[in-house]
Amino acid sequence: MLSLNINGVNHSVDVEPKMPLLWVIREQIGLTGTKFGCGIAQCGACTVHVNGEPVRSCSYPVSNAVNQKITTIEGLTSDSSHPIQLAWKALDVPQCGYCQSGQILAAASLLKRIPKPTDKDIDDAMTNICRCGSYQRIRAAIHMAAGTGKGIGSVIHYAGPGAANAKTGISTDLEIDH
Amino acid sequence: MTTTTMKNQNQVALTRRQFVVSSALASGGLALGFHFPAAAQSNELSTLGGSEINAWVVVRPDDSCVIRIARAEMGQGTHTGLAQLVAEELECDWAKVSLQTFTPGQNLARKRVWRNMSTGGSRGIRESHEYVRQGGAAARIMLLQAAAAEWKVPVTELSVEKGVVTHAASGKATSYGKLASQASKLPAPDPKSIVLKHPKDWKILGKSPRRLDTAPKVNGSLKYGIDTVLPGMQYAAIKACPVFGGKLVSFDASKISSRRGIKAVVRVDDESVAVLADSFWRAKSALEVLPITWDFGPNGKESSATIAERLREGLTSTNNVFADIDQGNVAEAIQGAAKKIEAVYGTPFVSHACMEPMNCTARVTADRAEVWVPSQNAEASLAALAAVTGLPLEKCEAYNPPLGGGFGRRGGTQDYVRQAALIAKQFPGTPVKLIWTREEDMTHDYFRPIGQCRLVAGIDAKGDMVGLHLRVSGQSINAYVSPHNIIDGKDRRQLQGYWKDPGESQLGYTVPNLKVEYAMRNTHVPVGPWRGVNTNQNAIYLECFIDEVAKAAGKDPLTFRRNLIKNHPKHLGVLDAVADKGGWDKPLAPGMFRGIAQFMGYGSYTAAIAEVSIKGNDVKVHRVILATNCGHAVNPVQIASQIEGSVAYGMDSLQSESSVKDGRIVEKNFDTYPIARMYQMPKIESVIAPTYDFWGGVGEPTICVVAPAILNAIAAARGGKPVRMLPLKNEGLRLV
Repeated sequence: MLSLNINGVNHSVDVEPKMPLLWVIREQIGLTGTKFGCGIAQCGACTVHVNGEPVRSCSYPVSNAVNQKITTIEGLTSDSSHPIQLAWKALDVPQCGYCQSGQILAAASLLKRIPKPTDKDIDDAMTNICRCGSYQRIRAAIHMAAGTGKGIGSVIHYAGPGAANAKTGISTDLEIDH
Repeated sequence: MTTTTMKNQNQVALTRRQFVVSSALASGGLALGFHFPAAAQSNELSTLGGSEINAWVVVRPDDSCVIRIARAEMGQGTHTGLAQLVAEELECDWAKVSLQTFTPGQNLARKRVWRNMSTGGSRGIRESHEYVRQGGAAARIMLLQAAAAEWKVPVTELSVEKGVVTHAASGKATSYGKLASQASKLPAPDPKSIVLKHPKDWKILGKSPRRLDTAPKVNGSLKYGIDTVLPGMQYAAIKACPVFGGKLVSFDASKISSRRGIKAVVRVDDESVAVLADSFWRAKSALEVLPITWDFGPNGKESSATIAERLREGLTSTNNVFADIDQGNVAEAIQGAAKKIEAVYGTPFVSHACMEPMNCTARVTADRAEVWVPSQNAEASLAALAAVTGLPLEKCEAYNPPLGGGFGRRGGTQDYVRQAALIAKQFPGTPVKLIWTREEDMTHDYFRPIGQCRLVAGIDAKGDMVGLHLRVSGQSINAYVSPHNIIDGKDRRQLQGYWKDPGESQLGYTVPNLKVEYAMRNTHVPVGPWRGVNTNQNAIYLECFIDEVAKAAGKDPLTFRRNLIKNHPKHLGVLDAVADKGGWDKPLAPGMFRGIAQFMGYGSYTAAIAEVSIKGNDVKVHRVILATNCGHAVNPVQIASQIEGSVAYGMDSLQSESSVKDGRIVEKNFDTYPIARMYQMPKIESVIAPTYDFWGGVGEPTICVVAPAILNAIAAARGGKPVRMLPLKNEGLRLV
């Protein structure tokens, strides 16, 4: 039996020491917010915190997690109130959403390490794959959560119904910085 | 309404319930969200404690409105957009809207009242906008009639706003929640009598309310197909013959059967074997060491080189070629031209690589079969299940949770449903969750088809293009997955974007002598629709070549295009819009170069400008401006989401490749198959330029212009030297 502390709760699991932490969390503990994406620590969908540090749980043997403090997306907050989660909601970051547990935990860890990250810091820390391509909003949401004041979000040129340019029919007069 | 009784319902111990994901929104704090059937034991769709006004609308006593949605949500935002369409006509309070999905069995039981559930081809909104708005309008009419009857006043004297009905003359007021029960008993109005609102009167459409499905995506609570858990469930890992078309000969189960948790090793079909265990990791780890004998067959000799040779032959062959456009005399025009330009372009197989690997949970007994599967077409999932089990459709059901990406991979093919059902059939009553490893996913995809294109153009002394001969040689999606779409041997789908007919994927250029041909050259590799489908390759071929011709003519790429495109005002309009917002006429910083491209697909007109710099072999894309005219813009901020996502997906066309060696796919995971990452992303600007006179698609159309705009900028940076054979690594280049 291995003893694990996940989101502040102690669990005993009877599994092989080399079983990846991902599968213990998903199948033994039953927390499914942590996702399987690649199995080789490439995509980051399985990111969890071990003692506050981001870890790719698909390639992290459960034996390494014994006596450590493990946090999954379910344990980041009980009410989705982490500044990263609030910014994610404010900017409608997720598309399919499958990678976002990992993205959020990677971003939360970045802010803990570097409270006011630069774009370069974000590039270096946020190596998780988002196949829908929500990267621009992820970047903007991190800046928003960090209060750096330099978040370039979605730049949208759109005028709305009734503002059509009579000549071309194209209406692109207003600019929204979302 | 029919009810299907499940014999094994005691065994499964699942209660009929609605899985509700609720979230307190900052605005108002109301419980909103989704209701989807976790396991309905009946084909009757719940009314969630409210009254069903019609198939699309349920109103609850607290005035909240439940809107039924037929299409699958895979990130593209269609659930929110479709709900906006219904809510606009319903005149309800958007802050009190939630969504309910249903199963294909429930759709069939009501004679497909919700019509098509298939979600692909950017069709969600553009194909159903009319009937879902009519559903909302019909419900509004019935609710108003209920108020008129109660107050004994003419319905024409009533007005409604945000679900509150008022009669000005008497000062009476009531709300939808109080009217719902009576309204649900009224006859539906004649659809022909319904007049839909004019866009200038829209209150919810054309605005950007937040998505209804964000909250459960930021706390891990949203249950995807891969998260399905059923009592007594076992896990399956599968391996299909690595060579497409090869066969499973034998396997030695005794080598792994004593490993912990292993329940069984089974032949799934002629080409695959699966291991069943009490944990996915145990199943997959055992499968990795299972001794398997395959018969690779003749396809084991195929490689990228043999396939490329077959495609090259098709570029000039007279066999198995058809001309979709042949106007004027292209040979003569090019022969007599002042200058002739010729090029051959090539694009590889690429993989969908949905973040949620293919998966399906199945439970099969002698008289009931069910699957829980992320599917772009739950009705196709149901059909596949019925076919495999031999059970009639009404004894089958397919539950369709949200998808962790689809991109065309989870549409018609349903191979994972077949596999899961074939495994589960061998263990009656035991739920089996089949999960593909990433390696299985990337080597057994239905890939974007490989192709080459030969283009020859002639320009006259003034630099005008007098002739263009374009021939695509490559694999056909239809031949692989839907041969019935090939009419008289002509597979027009592979020429998507080069079509003469308007409305869907029309060529914007007018050339007096024009020939557009397709030579079908199939391979043994499975192919299928890949988000944007053939517009992706075809936009690269044509739009990069147009830059080559413009250069030969000594003309600016925008000016050259404007001249060619002038007969197609919508193509021109979006090109001008991107040029304006992208500042085409403004000088760039030293070392920066621009490229432009335009194309049409899925009923929408798109154009892009990319700004890049090159240092050594490193290509940096700094900024991309993308414009679309999608007719009506239902939710501009969500359209921008799709446009931004286009850039990442479109980058596959530049850097990714699923290559073939010994008959199998070489790139098996993200360590060798590059996917766009944060550090590679440019700043993206969205130009949403609707003309409000048609309904176009949004999920796909902007992808195809990303790669050619970047490629044209790369060529500009290299003194006009184009990259013709993708991916970029063939030229030693990489995206940084």
